[in-house]
Amino acid sequence: MVEMRKIVKEFPGILANDQVSFDVNSGEIHALLGENGAGKSTLMSVLTGLYRPDGGDIYIEGKKTDFLSPKDAVNCGIGMVHQHFKLVQPFTVAENVMLSIKGLKQIYNLNEIEQQIIKQSEAFGLSIDPKAKIWQLSVGEQQRVEIIKLLLLGAKVLILDEPTAVLTPQEANALFKTLLKMVKNGKSVILISHKMNEVLENTDRITVLRDGKSIGTVDTKTTNEKELAKMMVGRNINGQSEKKSYRKKEKIFSLDNASALGDSGLLKLKNISIDIYDGEILGVAGVDGNGQKELAEAVAGLRSLKTGGISFYGKDCTKSGRKKRINLGISYVPEDRMTTGLAPDLNAYENMALINYRKYRGFFIRWDKVRNDTDRLIQKFDVRLASKSNPVKMMSGGNIQKLLLAREIDSDPKLIIAVYPMRGLDIGATDYVKRLLIEQSEKGKAVLLISEDLEDLLSMTDRIIVMHGGEIMGVVNPSETSREEIGLMMAGKRKVDLREA
Amino acid sequence: MKHKQLGSWEIKKTNTSSALKKFGISVTSIVLGLLFAGLFVLITGKDPLQLYSEIFQSSVGSIYGLSETLVEMIPLAFCSLGVSLAFRMQLWNIGAEGQFCMGAFGATYFALFFSDLPKLIMLPLMLLAGFICGGLWALIPAIPKAFWNVNETISSLLLNYVAYFWMAYLVYGPWKDPKGNNFPLTKPFPDSATIPVFGNTRISYAIFLVVIIAVAMFFLIKYSKWGYEISVSGSSRKAADYAGMSYVKNVLMVMFLSGSISGIAGMAEVSGVLHRLQQTISPGYGYTAILIALLARLNPFSILLVSFLMGGLLVGGFSLQTSGFPSSMVSMFQGSILFFVLAGEVFNNYRLVRKKA
Amino acid sequence: MDLNYIIAILAAGVVAGTPILYASLGEVIVERAGILNLGVEGMMLVGAVSAFYVGTFAQNKWLGLLVALVAGGLMALIHAVITIGFRASQVASGLALTIFGTGLSAYLGRGLVGIPPTSTFKAVAIPVLSRIPIIGKIFFDQDIMVYLSVVLVAILWFVFYKTKAGLLLRAAGENPSAVDALGHNIFFVRYAAVIIGGMFAGAGGAYLSLAYSPSWIENMSAGRGWIAVALVIFAVWDPRRALLGAWLFGIIASLGLHLQALGVMIPSNFLQMLPYIFTFVVLVITTRETKNRRSGTPAALGIPYSREER
Repeated sequence: MVEMRKIVKEFPGILANDQVSFDVNSGEIHALLGENGAGKSTLMSVLTGLYRPDGGDIYIEGKKTDFLSPKDAVNCGIGMVHQHFKLVQPFTVAENVMLSIKGLKQIYNLNEIEQQIIKQSEAFGLSIDPKAKIWQLSVGEQQRVEIIKLLLLGAKVLILDEPTAVLTPQEANALFKTLLKMVKNGKSVILISHKMNEVLENTDRITVLRDGKSIGTVDTKTTNEKELAKMMVGRNINGQSEKKSYRKKEKIFSLDNASALGDSGLLKLKNISIDIYDGEILGVAGVDGNGQKELAEAVAGLRSLKTGGISFYGKDCTKSGRKKRINLGISYVPEDRMTTGLAPDLNAYENMALINYRKYRGFFIRWDKVRNDTDRLIQKFDVRLASKSNPVKMMSGGNIQKLLLAREIDSDPKLIIAVYPMRGLDIGATDYVKRLLIEQSEKGKAVLLISEDLEDLLSMTDRIIVMHGGEIMGVVNPSETSREEIGLMMAGKRKVDLREA
Repeated sequence: MKHKQLGSWEIKKTNTSSALKKFGISVTSIVLGLLFAGLFVLITGKDPLQLYSEIFQSSVGSIYGLSETLVEMIPLAFCSLGVSLAFRMQLWNIGAEGQFCMGAFGATYFALFFSDLPKLIMLPLMLLAGFICGGLWALIPAIPKAFWNVNETISSLLLNYVAYFWMAYLVYGPWKDPKGNNFPLTKPFPDSATIPVFGNTRISYAIFLVVIIAVAMFFLIKYSKWGYEISVSGSSRKAADYAGMSYVKNVLMVMFLSGSISGIAGMAEVSGVLHRLQQTISPGYGYTAILIALLARLNPFSILLVSFLMGGLLVGGFSLQTSGFPSSMVSMFQGSILFFVLAGEVFNNYRLVRKKA
Repeated sequence: MDLNYIIAILAAGVVAGTPILYASLGEVIVERAGILNLGVEGMMLVGAVSAFYVGTFAQNKWLGLLVALVAGGLMALIHAVITIGFRASQVASGLALTIFGTGLSAYLGRGLVGIPPTSTFKAVAIPVLSRIPIIGKIFFDQDIMVYLSVVLVAILWFVFYKTKAGLLLRAAGENPSAVDALGHNIFFVRYAAVIIGGMFAGAGGAYLSLAYSPSWIENMSAGRGWIAVALVIFAVWDPRRALLGAWLFGIIASLGLHLQALGVMIPSNFLQMLPYIFTFVVLVITTRETKNRRSGTPAALGIPYSREER
């Protein structure tokens, strides 16, 4: 029904799509599989009219079509649920949906529209309150609003970009049930994902992209994990990284009954008590937005506690700010690499000095020393960048993360806080970051790893804390738990209650 | 901007831009800016080219013109250096005009009431007074900004008007020269309170201070720890917090310093040029300084150059008054140039490429 | 303290607040779309000079107003092209516009200083309503532009919250990429908002030269454009509160002018400072109160939007 033939899309220095062909039929769920950076999002951005292709054509129902803007794609029945929802936070569900309604009257009838929303949502089993404000909804509910928007827009082809990244395992299952219903109704679904298991369980066909090229399209029934993995990566991937255990067990860091407010003034951390030991990787699981960010900031010294205490090597440091904690050896690899971990307009040299510029005596920074250190680290960590004098905002995702990690690790920290460190990185970079963190823990450093990827957490950590609503639902040992158990805790069930059953 | 195709050429996004290209774009912008403003002159029946030539002649076409240009360059450069420091941290200090006035006020206080002091003590004292008064005036909008993120653009600007009225109060009231025929000005300063000038020009020795500050600022930004903190804070506040820098402390210090440099400008103007305080001591130096800082891309040495050019424009504007034009019309040319410079920036991000066959 | 005198001060306050109301309403529209316009002061001046020029020589205040709308709109177009088309810094562009507008208006008005107006907006009492004690004189015995400004507040409120255009406008300032991805023309929405905002600013300027102090003087807006921008924050980007803010400001300014006559012995220069200090204080207080983003600033305000993120 929709066919993309030999699509080419180029950005400065990157060939994102290299003659990629892709098609989807009505009534099917077709997955677009590939690691981060393979070109999946770019391809779909072309299909939704956001980007114009540098080469190739799009055919809708056999007819060659040219999208000059997103509006054209929308008119052809193509809609996308992006990873970052295109929702207006202060608006209600109804107001957001209204933005999607074709031919909305100038003076609209709010009641009528709210009724329509309720009707459509119930037809597909996605209940939602049209009067609710978006910022009040959970991420799963917001995703439902996005889907309803598309349906009311008259979308026949729905594209979902990494939809389960923000969902608990249970919510993900519910989503796929909904998708099945839609597809039975004649709609088409394109699922962008980097998760092989998910794609094998829920789709009809799979197209694999790698480095901007299409490697091939297979029928889901006839393929398997190993074959897909080989297509995705082009070589056989190693098994899980082996982690040598570290013998000394000293308690480095403790949070004692800590509570903290979030940016909006609401309580985001509620009576958290955690102990972190040297040489361990302590994982934190949970759906994004349940207090992980605030936890990381509280440990790093960027968020003050409302109640409770923090101690480092037994000494109280509740009141000490970021500067003191840097000196103590608490290193922070933030989720937001580009504007928090780095100053985007400054170059690589200038950014490398961000943490240790104070060590130079006197008023001045010894830039010659900084340059030497930077050159050394860039080589050691294999960071690729066009020029060290260019602003770092021009660097690619994986290399940005490597630069950040290089700096943080070089400062010889005692504790490394890493928040979603592998997010958005391709397999090569992901692998590298994982090995780095494991290496650090083997050297005796403690790592606080916050991640949404349960596979990573289960394979890398010594213990996993599951957070929900700012509280700890339970602490589990990776070898003694399951994805289901963690999933339930992420959704709000306490381990204590689960294990009793 | 979308991908465009013009025949066999293509416009593509690029990562780098050579210095020559940047210079070329700047010059083109200036020319286009003058042309655009010239249009408005044309439609009201006057000849813009004649206007431009008159401006050129009166500012750099004679020794007198050149010296006057340098006289105007001094306050412009001071204010612009001050403003650029704040801009580096994304602090939009639009209050240079008021800080200038308050600096003049502080300096005048000592000139009028401590007239017995010898020059060697008086001048540095006045300089200090100008520095502190300008700095404190900038601190007023800085405090709400630092603690509550109150928009400093508007708050600093509102204070300009408060400063104007304060000056008016002084020169119409308690500080009015009893022998001044009721004009709004103070007694003339004693010799101890005047900065010496070069020969029979009006260029005061303050010009040395301008250059010193420009050089100091260059080194400060590029090599000092504090300059580094300013650069980081200007790029991203979150990164500054992340690095343990005290954003609040830096906002206060940078704004204070920014204001104090404009305050010095005020002192230099009343002490080196006017030799008294009067109602209008600035034809909008504080505002022009903003333009200069933006045009010079915050570089201290470029600021000196652009200040010279703007000084020439100002002098040219004054001379236009004799032909019946308001001197403030030069703002038209300044604003127009900035339009094109801003629009021209985008060309740094794009380049023409021959399409592959 | 004569009651009539107080009524006169309040009535004068409404008049003083009206040019600011127009400019503020315009800025509310622009900022709701996500664009910061610091060129309001320049637009008001250009509006004032062109309104006076045409109004006086054509002896028709309406024609003058119309020309001011066009002038304000054209100035705004420059800002729109630079910030939306070229995606340059909105702060810098606005400042450039103010400086340009100040110079342009001084140039265009050079022959107008001291010329008496021939056609101005005068008070028109609304029958019946203007007889109500106290409020009758204050609210119902004003010139037609005052009445129009109140009507505009109501219209804008309706448009913002009850129409598709208002929905798009508000969405444009919160999440422009959402608006774009859903097939709407985000650029058109922003261009339209900026130009309309400029027209409002022009109208505010026209009011200055054709009603408030009918004349042309260089720089006659004396910072009112800036006050209008500050009051948008007080208004929390809502037209109704903009009305409150503008009139409140006008009354304070009017009070300042008349305090001396009321026997308060403060030098006039300090009273002239009052409106600016008042605005400063209001700015600080309301910024602190609207720190919770949900009830406040348009999320995308000041950030240029581009479709291709790389």
